[in-house]
Amino acid sequence: MSSIIKISGPVVRAKNVQHSKVGDVVKVGNLGLLGEIIEIVKDESVIQVYEETDGLNIGEKVVNTRLPLSVELGPGLLTSVYDGVQRPLDVLKQKSGNFIGRGLTAPGIDREKKWDFKPKVKVGDVVSSGQVLGEVKETSLITHRVLVPHGVNGKVTKIFKGSHFVEDTIAVIGKEKVSMLQKWPVKSPRPYLKKTTSSEPLITGQRVYDAFFPTVKGGQCAIPGPFGCGKTVTQQAIAKWCDADIIVYVGCGERGNEMTEVLRDFPELKDPKSGKPLMDRTVLIANTSNMPVAAREASVYTGMAIAEYYRDQGYHVALMADSTSRWAEAMREISGRLEEMPGEEGYPAYLASRLAQFYERAGMVKTLAKKDASITVIGAVSPAGGDFSEPVTQNTLKIVKVFWALDAKLAAKRHYWAINWLRSYSLYTDITDKWFNINVGKNWSMYRENAMALLQKESSLLEIAQLVGKDAMPEKEQFILLVARILREDLLQQNAFDEVDKYCPLSKQYLLFEAVDTFHEEGLKAIEKGVPANKIERMKLIEHIGRLKYGPDEDVKKLIKVMKRGIQ
Amino acid sequence: MKVYKSLESVKGPLVVLENVTGVAYKEIAKITLKNGRTLTGQVLEVHNDKAVVQVFEGTQGISLKDVKVSFSGETAKLGVSKKMLGRVFDGKGEPIDGLAHYPDKFLDIQGEPINPSARIQPEQFIQTGISTIDLLTPLIRGQKLPIFTVNGLPHNKLAAQIARQATVLDKAKFSVVFCAMGISQSEKDFFIETFKETGALANTALFLNLASDPSVERIMTPRAALTAAEYLAYEQGHHVLVILSDMTNYCESLREVSAARQEVPGRRGYPGYMYTDLALLYERAGVIEGAKGSVTQLPILTMPGDDKTHPVPDLTGYITEGQIILSRELYKKSIMPPINILGSLSRLKVGKGQLRDDCGAVADQLYACYATGRELRDLVAVVGEGALTDRERVYLDFAESFEKQFVHQTFDKNRTIMQTLGVAWKLLGMFERTELKKISPKILEKYHKQ
Repeated sequence: MSSIIKISGPVVRAKNVQHSKVGDVVKVGNLGLLGEIIEIVKDESVIQVYEETDGLNIGEKVVNTRLPLSVELGPGLLTSVYDGVQRPLDVLKQKSGNFIGRGLTAPGIDREKKWDFKPKVKVGDVVSSGQVLGEVKETSLITHRVLVPHGVNGKVTKIFKGSHFVEDTIAVIGKEKVSMLQKWPVKSPRPYLKKTTSSEPLITGQRVYDAFFPTVKGGQCAIPGPFGCGKTVTQQAIAKWCDADIIVYVGCGERGNEMTEVLRDFPELKDPKSGKPLMDRTVLIANTSNMPVAAREASVYTGMAIAEYYRDQGYHVALMADSTSRWAEAMREISGRLEEMPGEEGYPAYLASRLAQFYERAGMVKTLAKKDASITVIGAVSPAGGDFSEPVTQNTLKIVKVFWALDAKLAAKRHYWAINWLRSYSLYTDITDKWFNINVGKNWSMYRENAMALLQKESSLLEIAQLVGKDAMPEKEQFILLVARILREDLLQQNAFDEVDKYCPLSKQYLLFEAVDTFHEEGLKAIEKGVPANKIERMKLIEHIGRLKYGPDEDVKKLIKVMKRGIQ
Repeated sequence: MKVYKSLESVKGPLVVLENVTGVAYKEIAKITLKNGRTLTGQVLEVHNDKAVVQVFEGTQGISLKDVKVSFSGETAKLGVSKKMLGRVFDGKGEPIDGLAHYPDKFLDIQGEPINPSARIQPEQFIQTGISTIDLLTPLIRGQKLPIFTVNGLPHNKLAAQIARQATVLDKAKFSVVFCAMGISQSEKDFFIETFKETGALANTALFLNLASDPSVERIMTPRAALTAAEYLAYEQGHHVLVILSDMTNYCESLREVSAARQEVPGRRGYPGYMYTDLALLYERAGVIEGAKGSVTQLPILTMPGDDKTHPVPDLTGYITEGQIILSRELYKKSIMPPINILGSLSRLKVGKGQLRDDCGAVADQLYACYATGRELRDLVAVVGEGALTDRERVYLDFAESFEKQFVHQTFDKNRTIMQTLGVAWKLLGMFERTELKKISPKILEKYHKQ
């Protein structure tokens, strides 16, 4: 008989667990708490328990399900809200009320719902793993492609068109019965044909990302920042507005009320392209900070497996993980309970490799069905004390290609998005410059480079201004400070609560860029003619430029024309 | 009930028992000493026939012999009843005011996590009557908004002022749960006196673990207090404001136990699981769908060495929905309450239609102007006021007036939100409209220099 011999927080040791294998899911104790075997020493199994272990008793039994920790995949994932181990939160609410009880089970995918299955192959076709068998209209935005399960190949002998439950047989391949429901172990990456290079930006409608530090479809991005800088708001804004097909949003160890905000906002918000509710392309995983720590550790993997499943259907997926630091802390906590030798700041020595493995599951791929699809990962990092030298931030920066550094000083000035333009970087600008120059406007890359150079110059000029005072500086330099201020206040800053400004299309971004560039050019001419910088600073024009982002494109075009006639 | 006498060791706040059977994780134990004194403990770890028990009262006077330990078969529970208000409890939740207590039921003090899909987004404005809070960091029903303070500042006066002045717009049942962790007798007396004077004591339940009480018991205190708050909120329909003072003392107790268990320490010796532990407390604030009441938390924490990056304020800031920061500098300038709005923040927004339409924009604008003014103040220290432009000088003056007229209001002044807006617009009148970029032209037209 199996029996528990040690309990320490989320880590339990048990003797004689049957067929014990690392990675097996087990039911722990009389309540049947969900756990996973993570170590085996002789006849003892070490189990990480995904629920609180209070009241668990020595001697209680452990039952092995002999299955690895898996997600259920199939139609019905979109619009769902799950906990870290893919239990739907609304089903849990029906079962245990407003508070989450223990030992509850709930399947990730609704068994009672019927879907209209339209085959894409016919009897006699030879199919292989990952190929599209047929389609289901999952939501108003997304057509779910039912794939041939992993390891199944051969001739289609039967296929059943029409309305089915997810567990019904919809096709027979060789002798294998196939349903719409599949399971996948969360910790193993799903297979694809090959990784390819990204060539297209992920458009967010937020100027500081698109115009200054762009990412690509299939990119790896990190947003580190101390508390109160708007990490979560940033992530949510990207989830709302970015042009990915599917959003997987993992709230990992964060606030309950923030998830409520997402739950309330997303069904009401409309996709800027199609006008359909954003929730129709979204899967939410909410394992808040007060929910069990081991399930927090699992939540990012659950999210990633779901993201990969939609990628394999040929979609561009964006995965938000808020926050990877909480995930790392969950690892640290479990590692501590296992009495492992600690690495830096108590984090386990495998922190760096786990982070790398996670981010490497992002990227642009050729799927098994030979489609181009991608996963973009955007991970928030919450460095202790806002200190970027701590291990999670540092190990993340080793991997990611885009670094959006949030800045407490900017946030204190209510400069949103509080992205520090001097510290942030994107290694994708070569790719995106090309794309923007062709698809938006030929001067895009030039405007971007000019703007960056100007901001860089501003920071050194400001140092001088601190010493000698602004009035003592040459007129030209005073003017450069003015242009940089306009760049910061009118281009970099964006008002998420303004109806117009919350989403800035690329065409508008280009116009605003052009407006500032024209002002810069014409202003310099005026300065050379002897117009003092502080006169330009007091012009009505400055106010006009400031209002451009809230107004229609026409206003911008008009003002550019006016400025081209010369500034006096 | 089995009684064990088999103590293996006593170390710090922990005792280890051997040859025990059927002991549950987190179970409550009763320890009886030779002289008849009984202590309470909780199981922290069980391994084969050994159990590690944390003793709340401390292990002073425990020997390996002549001690009897019995296990209750239950995890820690709090007896709750409708009549908890007006009562005083100790740090474990036992009444200490000498009156009888007849619990309606017993609730596990550990609580259970609120299902995120059962939560409602908090958005009901609580008017505290303090300008800086109401306009710039509004307190919302169901929020957890800590006060970050440093030694020697009047944070208790501020907390008492909030508890006294806080009004909700509808006439709902409102009560206070006060949870003291390691505060001094005089601080406790201050709160009780204040509550008594204003008649608030009848609507307050006090859970007291003072500096002189056993420090390990402090780990139970907020849990008991929050369990009472949840009962009052979700079963009795009260809007409960929980004041937790002082979270830094709580964390120190956590560290003490962790060190005694020889756990691998995280930053500054605090345990690696402190984030999770704090989240288990703070996340018990909220508004639940269908419930008449709510739990709002106002934790107070002292930043050791005035350091905001210290683990206690740092982890708290990551969990709570904003923070109110007190500043020594403002205090020395006799600005009361000395709230530094630059570091303060409330993440929650007041729901639409509750306040006048200009509140959000005015708040953003005050922030921006004050931040600029403060930066210039530093600059003046280097280059002198003469080096400033006229535009910059206005900002400098604004920062000064803002502190004296807006932030400063004393601890007994109760300003309505409309009065607060009045002061704000008067101050913004110092600027030309071109400078007020955060406010839309429509709103400027309506209120600027009117």
